[in-house]
Amino acid sequence: MQDKIYQYLLLTGDNAMILGHRLSELCGHGPSLETDIALTNISLDLFGQTRNYFQLAGALTTDNKSEDDIAFLRMAHDYRNVLLVEQPNKDFAHVIVRQFLFDSFHILLLKELTNSNDQQIAAIAQKSLKEVTYHLDFSSEWVKRLGAGTEESHQKMQDAIDFLYPYSGELLEETPIELEMKEMGIGADLPAMKTNYYNHIHQVLEEATLVPPETSWFQSGGKKGIHSEHLGFILAELQYMQRAYPNMNW
Amino acid sequence: MKDSTENLEIEFQHKIDQGYNIEPKDWMPEKYRKTHIRQISQHAHSEIVGMLPEGNWITRAPTLRRKVALLAKVQDEAGHGLYLYSATETLGISRDELIEQLHAGKAKYSSIFNYPTLTWADIGAIGWLVDGAAIINQVMLTRTSYGPYARAMVRICKEESFHQRQGYEIMLTLCNGTEVQKQMAQDALSRWWWPSLMMFGPTDAESTHTELSMKWKIKRKSNDELRQQFIDNTVPQAGILGITIPDKDLKWNEKTGHYDFGEIDWEEFWNVVKGNGPCNKQRLDARRSAYEKGAWVREAASQYAEKQRNKEFTEAN
Ligand SMILES: [Fe+2]
Ligand SMILES: [Fe+2]
Repeated sequence: MQDKIYQYLLLTGDNAMILGHRLSELCGHGPSLETDIALTNISLDLFGQTRNYFQLAGALTTDNKSEDDIAFLRMAHDYRNVLLVEQPNKDFAHVIVRQFLFDSFHILLLKELTNSNDQQIAAIAQKSLKEVTYHLDFSSEWVKRLGAGTEESHQKMQDAIDFLYPYSGELLEETPIELEMKEMGIGADLPAMKTNYYNHIHQVLEEATLVPPETSWFQSGGKKGIHSEHLGFILAELQYMQRAYPNMNW
Repeated sequence: MKDSTENLEIEFQHKIDQGYNIEPKDWMPEKYRKTHIRQISQHAHSEIVGMLPEGNWITRAPTLRRKVALLAKVQDEAGHGLYLYSATETLGISRDELIEQLHAGKAKYSSIFNYPTLTWADIGAIGWLVDGAAIINQVMLTRTSYGPYARAMVRICKEESFHQRQGYEIMLTLCNGTEVQKQMAQDALSRWWWPSLMMFGPTDAESTHTELSMKWKIKRKSNDELRQQFIDNTVPQAGILGITIPDKDLKWNEKTGHYDFGEIDWEEFWNVVKGNGPCNKQRLDARRSAYEKGAWVREAASQYAEKQRNKEFTEAN
């Protein structure tokens, strides 16, 4: 039972951490100082959430794992994030669309988790919800701005949508752990969010004069530990210090 | 009878001497305006370029706690850049123009950021030494004569002293750690010590703008005085860490009440100022690349804002 909650926390925590990592790569390289600061803020929020989840997860382990043990000392196939969040910062359009597809899901997830039977999960969700409300405002505004901005920005956004949209399905895919957690009233009901999720996305895209691609195929695998080629490189940086200098205090 | 500009200049200097601030709408000599545009924008550029060497370690920070602290620190520097560009804009020049000057290599920034960050300990050393040296300059600037600059400095100084404590704490953790960690800390101090001393600029004998700067309270102490203050503060801190400052001539002087120190390699200093430091090219390239890659984003945002304004106008009529 404890182990199942632990696994469930990895599913949420890893998404926050890997997306936070991708955003942190941009710090100092944003298109303007204001966007640089805003994206770093989102990254900071996501790492804050990661720490909350991993501290809670660590307390459930028999060998008392720390947040850092969980963050840095797993093998690639033990990470449970969706493929969407590991996609690279190809350009600002990809960054914004990836964020928008994730935030639109994240807010629905957290709203559900505020009603979790697990008090601690509910408390983390409550706190994170405020942050993610801001994230979604930010990413939605930029989707509209860039979608309806110039011809060039419109094209870049449409390319990013075409590329990233097929990664959105995995967010709502229910793994056995998620099914079990839902049934116990601890986890969220992912399939039930589907209509709301896509309604919201399609509405914002329409306002942005963008169209979702005609696809019925969704990429998935991350939640089961089968990742894209990108994750190995992310982990090479993320884990570098802990792997090169094991068992030290920093 | 004196001509009116001369009267204005006398009045202006009198105001500064009395300890009043000069505000953007006040009359000021053209030289004062130009000097301030140069100095404040240089300072802004330093904050922005300074994000790069430390930003380099964000994805590799050893723990989540350190990662969050480093991200927040680098973000603070972006905020400092933002206040300082705004302060420069009050003198009648746009942020875009200033950034173009930087990218064209016409504007300077602090040379310290042209050195590479090679290990995690460099993040500690930068916070401790580089932010430490910056504070000494900046505390003085909180009382400079130009109001917007002085006020920006008050805000910035609070954050810089937090950065310095954080950096020192990283060093302390390393020095209390394993042998490998202690060596990492020593190596970082050895590489960052001399460049940190160079942050205060050339010796007073060589310095060109000191006199006017004193008159306008941009400077209240000379480069050499500030450098001495930094050394006097820092040597005991290195003692607590138990690592060695790479200067065999460094010793306490009972008579002067200060530390004596060895000769600074001014050839290295001028070389880095002239663009030949280990990372000058990389730092400017990174800034230019971010700016160029962001051009379509800024363009789209301004067009979108225009479209929104037109829409509101049509709807209102
Ligand atoms: Fe700063
Ligand atoms: Fe700083």
